[in-house]
Amino acid sequence: MRRSVALVRLYCLSLLLVLGAVVAGALPQPTLAAVDAFEFETDEQQRRFRQMSDDFRCPMCQNTSLTGSSGGVAEDLRREIYLMIMDGKTDYEIEQFMLERYGDFIFYRPRLTLETVLLWFGPLLFLVLGGWIIFGIIRRAQPMTQEQVALNDEEQQRLKALLDNVKRD
Amino acid sequence: MSRLKLFIPVIVFMVMAVMLWRGLYLDPRTLPSVLIDKPLPDFELPRVEDEALISKADLPDEPFLLNVWGSYCLPCLQENPILMAAKEAGVVPIVGVNYKDKLNLARLWMDDNGSPFDFSIMDADGRLGINLGVYGAPETFIVDGNGVIRYKHIGVIDYKTWDEEIMPALAAVRAEATL
Repeated sequence: MRRSVALVRLYCLSLLLVLGAVVAGALPQPTLAAVDAFEFETDEQQRRFRQMSDDFRCPMCQNTSLTGSSGGVAEDLRREIYLMIMDGKTDYEIEQFMLERYGDFIFYRPRLTLETVLLWFGPLLFLVLGGWIIFGIIRRAQPMTQEQVALNDEEQQRLKALLDNVKRD
Repeated sequence: MSRLKLFIPVIVFMVMAVMLWRGLYLDPRTLPSVLIDKPLPDFELPRVEDEALISKADLPDEPFLLNVWGSYCLPCLQENPILMAAKEAGVVPIVGVNYKDKLNLARLWMDDNGSPFDFSIMDADGRLGINLGVYGAPETFIVDGNGVIRYKHIGVIDYKTWDEEIMPALAAVRAEATL
């Protein structure tokens, strides 16, 4: 019984951790911006530029967004994004531009495709699986009721006979 | 049956261990190129040698190597002897893309080390590089006679890659062209 309580606690704790990670991931992250002297006409253009520089991954460096990288190609890609924004291209068009040249690697957030389904929902699958196993264990660990423990008449007689035997010896 | 169930964790562990073990040997730096079997992007850029403007139409009409290089790039220097040998033996035409470099430095590099290129395209602002999905020199493409990208090698070419990757890939492209 005590073991199942501990299991439930552990499971709830991991649920909380996952939830915390999701919330933390959704909060806006302050990023160190490489300094570019781009001039925008509207705040909206600037906001889109920042957003996209954060969302694209620098192809040369393994784990940096375009914003955080001072590498040659990142600089060029920021310039391309800037020019495309000023040219009135939509976010979708800019994403396609990047995808056509650098493939899925360029997206920091992997797109939801058939290949990435497991990546996106695998953890959820494990969470459900873990819950299922734990609740299975708990169900089986329920203490038996009085009725289940009670002996029927036949068993009572066998018990009596055994006890009689013991006494006689 | 319930006995078999006991082995499920071991099986799960083994499957994961095998997958992760294989993952250790994947190179995260080689990005699969999405441009394989796509035509080369259009461009109009000066040649390093004489600054004459050239475009896609000026490229060889047989399979050739497109080698992205720069005077700042040490691995490019490293693979230069192999490319030079290939040029001298007339193995395959090689076109250079001088990526994000300065004209005078590029010319100096070619004077110092020899140029394996039929000619080099000057991509000073790196825009042709972006259209080729380049992220750093050296990178080498095999382009067929119709101007379609057929193969991409990222990083330095050594004798092993030349013999085991570049030449077979080139032979395959050539074999297809003669069909």
